[in-house]
Parts: sequence; structure tokens; C-alpha cells
Amino acid sequence: MSEHHKMDAPDHARRLDDMAQGLIGTAMDRPDGPLKVSGTATYAHEWAVDNLCHGVLARATVPTGRVSDVAAQDILDRPGILAVITDRRLLRNPAQGGAGEAPVQDPSRIAYFGQPIALVVAETFEAARDAAASLRIDYEETEGTYRPEDAAFETPEDKQSSQGDLDAAMAQAAHSIDVTYTTPGHNSAAMEPHGAIASWDGDDLVLRGSYQMLKHNRKEIADSLGIDPANVRLLSPYVGGGFGSKLGIAPEAVAAALAARDLGRPVSVALSRQQVFETTMRRSETRQRIRLAADAEGRLTGIGHDAWVSNLPGETFAEPATQATPFLYGGENRQIGFHVARLNRTCAGSVRAPGEAVGVTVLENAMDELAEATGVDPVDLRRRNIPDTDPSTGKPFSSHTLRRALDDGATRFGWNQRQRPGTRREGDWLIGLGMACATRVNILAEARARVSLTADGRAVVETDMTDIGTGTYAILTQIAGEMLGLPLDRVTTRLGDTDLPPGSGSGGSMGASSTGSAVYLACRNLRAQIAARLDCAETDLTLKDGKAIAANKTTDLAGLSDGTLTAEGHIEPGKTREETRQATFGTFFTEVAVNAVTGETRVRRMQGTFAAGRILNHKTARSQCIGGMTFGIGMALTEELMHDPRDGHIVNRDLAEYHMPVNADVPQIDVVLLDERDDWASPIQAKGIGELSICGAGAAITNAIYNASGVRVRDYPASLDKILAGLDDGRG
Amino acid sequence: MQTRLHVNGTTHHLDIDPRTTLLDALRDHLRLTGSKKGCDHGQCGACTVLLNGRRINACLALACMHDHDEIITIEGLGGPDDLSPLQAAFVAHDGYQCGYCTPGQICSATAMLEEMADGWPSHVTDDLTGATKPDATEISERMSGNLCRCSAYPNIVDAILAVAAERTRA
Ligand code: FES
Ligand code: FES
Repeated sequence: MSEHHKMDAPDHARRLDDMAQGLIGTAMDRPDGPLKVSGTATYAHEWAVDNLCHGVLARATVPTGRVSDVAAQDILDRPGILAVITDRRLLRNPAQGGAGEAPVQDPSRIAYFGQPIALVVAETFEAARDAAASLRIDYEETEGTYRPEDAAFETPEDKQSSQGDLDAAMAQAAHSIDVTYTTPGHNSAAMEPHGAIASWDGDDLVLRGSYQMLKHNRKEIADSLGIDPANVRLLSPYVGGGFGSKLGIAPEAVAAALAARDLGRPVSVALSRQQVFETTMRRSETRQRIRLAADAEGRLTGIGHDAWVSNLPGETFAEPATQATPFLYGGENRQIGFHVARLNRTCAGSVRAPGEAVGVTVLENAMDELAEATGVDPVDLRRRNIPDTDPSTGKPFSSHTLRRALDDGATRFGWNQRQRPGTRREGDWLIGLGMACATRVNILAEARARVSLTADGRAVVETDMTDIGTGTYAILTQIAGEMLGLPLDRVTTRLGDTDLPPGSGSGGSMGASSTGSAVYLACRNLRAQIAARLDCAETDLTLKDGKAIAANKTTDLAGLSDGTLTAEGHIEPGKTREETRQATFGTFFTEVAVNAVTGETRVRRMQGTFAAGRILNHKTARSQCIGGMTFGIGMALTEELMHDPRDGHIVNRDLAEYHMPVNADVPQIDVVLLDERDDWASPIQAKGIGELSICGAGAAITNAIYNASGVRVRDYPASLDKILAGLDDGRG
Repeated sequence: MQTRLHVNGTTHHLDIDPRTTLLDALRDHLRLTGSKKGCDHGQCGACTVLLNGRRINACLALACMHDHDEIITIEGLGGPDDLSPLQAAFVAHDGYQCGYCTPGQICSATAMLEEMADGWPSHVTDDLTGATKPDATEISERMSGNLCRCSAYPNIVDAILAVAAERTRA
């Protein structure tokens, strides 16, 4: 049986609220927890596969040109070396998220330093690693473009927009701000490096990989290999973090599949940490100019946001840094400009919250500058500029919680203790408070899931959806348990297998609301099947603790049917997407200490208040928010991909040189999740939460640095050298 | 070359490439894949195991150099049905998300609590003579060799604090 629902109208029925099991929304422990903490959850590169051999990718050590020769024979003579694969089907870089087709192929044409050229396969990992490192590759080098400063920028017409007259608004404004900020490239740096094990059975490929969106990845690898997607089975039941880096099929998977086919035995390929930096997606560096025009009270009359980003030639993705500017604040005059450079640097793609992560951050810095210019408190300034409807389109918001988040966050944090910039000092430490708003566009995606109720009264949830640390195992278990009245231990969730119905995949914060809705729909259908057996209406049915209660009669779900009852849920986005502006909102408040001698910044307190529709699991949602805010700490203070200006290569391509936050950099972050239902977003009233908490987080920290020290760093990250230079200027 | 490894109470005899790291010996040859490879360069802590009770990065050790040592991996601390107090606390406090850094965090925390009990000071310990107080600042500092990109850090600290408090009571 199948239950299809297109989101063409808001769902005010809120059926989940009628249920009796009491699982939904609770801070339930993850069902996958005991496996993860005991090291028995199996990640991509860990499957026990017989007769396995090992492949290591060899990389380009020039940035642009053509491969003229790969001296394969030199290493093939060594003991244990099985093959050197230089197949034209090897990938230049990973597929972009949701592509569903092969990315650019043919490794003989080199577009960036570090591009995979060949796969060396050996009996042992040690032999393959050694041979790959010494494989001689000859090149015919060509000229490339390695720095944004040297690039000609494209200005795609469909990415520009304008309403009113921003120049006039700026000229007439009582207060105006015109500032330019830069943000460097970032790497997702998920803790599990990409890894794949490929094995063939005749024409059928089984690929155990580390991926976020299996239904798309299956098509991408099939297209890359030139085979039918029906011949591909992808398995990713546990994924060691993604943050965008595992959205699209990547070089290791296609290389493993090609080698396994050639050799007639299973092949495993893992990227080294250095290769993760070089050949998986980077977040583009950005240059962003923000113009704000305001009246004497700080009410915005105009907003301008211009962004300059980059990517490889031929890539469609461009960091959508201006994405939230059309709707976050009011103002009649608005201008968005967007420019893309073609650079020979590692491919740019999605890194946690592409767009808003850096775009809202810079907008929120500019708002802090406007607060300073107008003398209006930063929280008040935001309150004055909350629009009633989407100011770019006039459409209503599906829900809007920014005012609540501002009020709750400011009170909880103690915002009224904020002083004038540079006026609070404890010994060598300058203390300051800062804030910023968070927003992220909300997406519902097509998804399917199957739920079965077995004859002994247990439920099995099945979908190819992934859990990349987000809590999918927990929330799908909770939705099914809630709808079917089953305690946690009678629900099993199976994920990450393309033999199962295609879910939404994990990406763009849409996994929980989309695939969760599919599970909800399947369960609604099962409830109808149960009701039919008990001769009552589905709405008169109460399911709790494995029992059905209808018309004062209690029946065990076990034994209700001789066989298994099954239903497939299928959700599709519909008109509510066009009729409303859907977004999530929140606020960040931080307290930092800036060392007046060394310029070091310590985040002493950090508070986040977020609303994302119905919260399905308070524990996992809170953890997601802590994770996003920590990305914000990294963005504000330490994270930066450094490229050699001569050839674009990433200089700091490991975890010792690319500085992500460590435990001591992160305070005991406080997270508040506001209770909300968004009827327009999904039939479970939930929206995405995984990315919201990075969107603006860095600005709350750099704004606090300004409040502490009077130093405004407009070139991220706010590292010690830049703060010290600012402090020196202030003294001078 | 012939290498003997004593892991989680069992002795294994391996014939492996002398370049094999302890981490790869555990993962690829003994199929103890609980120890993770996040960087292979001693930069992330995902491969942390206990060597004679002390925490080390298994990716920085060659297997053949440890044939007289007692190695404990995450699998030796507790299985899914008999979790150690720290493993259980990580579940209760959501001290993980993707779970990839988690075995390393737990092995590291297991040894770290012993280091504190033995009176080892850290960079943030004020009083070098008295007993160290397990508070959030101490735990954060001592756990900073274990990266977590999901950033379960605050929850990891809470999980460890809960176990430390339990130990003090006992
Ligand atoms: S894998 Fe050993 S420290 Fe990272
Ligand atoms: S739980 Fe994902 S890296 Fe720590």
C-alpha cells in the first residue's frame, strides 16, 4: 500500500500531536549509540570483504595542463603491485550535491593541483601507498588562474536582482554603511575520510561508500562507469560526518569500482586526510560588499549585497552567499549582485550551509556596524527591521520566530550587561559581548520510506536515507513509534541501502522533515489498515504501548494480523513552497575575552536560540546546534584554507595546519529550542535544523571582539595578528 | 615479518609488512575496526588506544614495535550490551554524532581519568601539588588531542564529568 502526499496546502491537522506514545520530541538516546560507542558500527572502509586488495590514488603535482605519460611499468614490476588504473572514466572531482550524473571525468586533463591521476592497486595498503607516492607522472603544463585577484569574474544574469533605487536610498539615508568583508575557503573535514570498497558480481556492483544522498550517488556512479543504475547497490549505513563533503560521488568510489572490475576482485580505496583537503569540496572564498541605508532610528530603507566567489571551469555550483539577503530584513530598496571567477583551485561545493554560513555572517557584521553608527542597541536594531512579509516578493512567511528568538536569547544571556566597546577589562583580557541573527532557507524534498508492522507487533522502518551524525536513526524510530504506539525497543530503523525506498538523502537540512514525512505517511496508512481490521475510523484509534484502543476495546497489535502489514510513504513538495517564504530563524549571543598582549580570542560563553518547526528529538537537535555553532567558532577565529598564490595548491592540507576548533576552544554552549509548528513546511510541521546554527554564528563572535577591543576585523578569520594590528592602530 | 600482538587479552600472531602501523594491524588484519583512522598522522586522536594503560595514537606506532605490550582497544572496554561507564555516559549525554571520533574519545577519556587520579597536572591546573579537580576546563584541556568535527565537545565534557563524579563517590 502506498500513501502519497504533495505539500499543496498547509497541514493544520497536526496529527502527530494527537498521538499517545509520548516519544516524539523527547530527548531519546540514539538507538545507534551502543554500536557507535563500542566501535561496532561499521563505516565504509571497515567491511570484512574476502580477497580484498588496496588502492591508493596518485595525484597531480602541477596545477594545469595535460598528462603526457604515467610510468606505470616502473612500479608494476615491484612485488605485490597489481595494477595502475588510468581509465578515462576516473573523476576530476566529486559530483555536486544532487547532480545525479557524472561530474567532469578524464584525469589526463589537469585543472587543479592535487587532482587524482591514477589508482595504484596492490596486495597490501603499504605497498600501494609507497608505489603511488613514487609513481612518475610527466606533464605538459599550461597556464592557469590561481588567485581571485587575477580572475575575470562572470556575472550570471539570473543571479542579479534589484528593486527600488539603492543608490538613491544610500544618498538620502540618515545613516549608511558600505563595507567589504572577505571570508577564506573552508573544508568540511568530516572525521571519516572518504573510503569505498567495490565488489562486482557479474555486471552488478556493490559499493560500500561514505555518502550522504544515495539515490543520487547511485546514478552518479552508474553514469561515471557507463552502466545502468539498476546494476548498482550502494551501502552507507554509518557515515562518519559529511557537512556537504559526501553529497556527490567522489574519485575514490569510481576508482575502486573500475579497479575491481579490471582485477576481478574487490578493491578498497580510502582518501588520505591530505587528499580529502585537495580533492573533496572546498567552500569558496568570498568577497562581500554590504550596503545598508537607514533612517535616523535605524530602520532600513535599503540593502545591497554583492558577492564574489569562485569555482573550477565547468562547475555549476557557486557559493550562494546572498541567499538570505532578500528576506531577512525589511527595506524597499534592494540590490543583489553575484559574481563567479573561474579558478584552478580544488573544486568548490557545499560545505555546511552553503550560502548563509558566510553570507548571513557578513550581513550580521554589517548590521553591527550599523548599530554602532546609529547608536541603536544591536538587538533593538534587528527588532526594528523584522519584515511582516518577504520584502522581496510580498509572500507571507510560513512562520517567523526571529522576534521570539531575540527576546528569549537576550534575556537568557544577560544582554543588558553589554557595555560600550573597549570598556571592560579583566587583567590582560578585554571582555566583550556580541550577537547575531541566524536564518536559513527551508527545503522539503521528495522522499519515500517503507514501514512494516510484523505479526508479532514490531515495526521496521526502511529507506535509503543516511544518518551522518544528524540523528536519523533516532527521529525515524520516534516518528514510527509515536504513530504506531510502539515503545522504542519494538521499532527498528534500517538505513543507507539503495535496495530500500529512496529517501531524501542528507543535505540542505532537509533530511529529517522530508524523510520523516515519508515515514509519517507510511504510518498513517498503517493506522488506516489497523483501523479497518478493528472496524473503526483511523481518527478514533489510539495506539499505545503495543496496543490498539478503539471503542473502549483494547487489542494487542501483536497478532492483529497473520502476516506483515506494509505501507510506503511518499512525500513531494508542492504549492506551499511557492506560496510562502519558508525559513528557520534564531539568534546567537557570545561573550569573548581578547588578550590585549597577544591578540588571542577565547570564547567564554555562547548561547543559541533556534526555531525550526517541530523539534523531533531534543537531544539530537541540540547536538546539531552545538555542532553548527562550533563551526562558527572555527570560521570566526581559526579556519582558513591557504592557497599558494603561484599554483593554487592548498598549503595547509592536514589537521595540524587547518585549525578546526578543539575541545578547549569550545565553551559549554547553551542551546534553547523554541517550541513551534510550521504547518506549511511539512505534514509533521518540522523544518531543517542541521545548518541553521552556523548561519551567522561567526558574526556573533567577531561582533563581540569589536565590543571587547574596538577592533573590527573584516578579513576572516579574526586571527591574533589581525587583532594585534588593530589594537596597535587604536593605541597609535 | 612475524609480529605478535597482545590485544584485549588475546595474543595474535601476524605475518605483516614491517611498515604496517599498529592502527592498520588492528583494523585491517585483526578486524578490530573500532579504532578509527581520521588522519594517519597523529593529528586527530581517532586512533587512540591504550598501550599498557596509557593513551597513544595507534597511527604513529608500528605494529612490530609492540610485541611485548598490552593493548586495549575500544572493543576491549565494552561491547554494545555491556558498555563501560564512560561508553554508557557518552550515549546518555549524546557525546557523539557521527560516531567516528568516538572510540578514540572514549579510549582517551579512560586513560585521562587515570592520569588525573595519578595527579598529572595539565596546562590549566593551578595547583600543582594538590589533587586536580575534574571540572569542565580541566576536561576540555586534557581532551583537546581528540578532534570532533561534529563538535560533541560540550557533551563529551558532560559525559566525562558524570563518570568522574561517580568515581569520586565510589
Ligand atoms: S588517525 Fe591517528 S591521530 Fe589521527
Ligand atoms: S562524533 Fe563525528 S567527529 Fe566526533
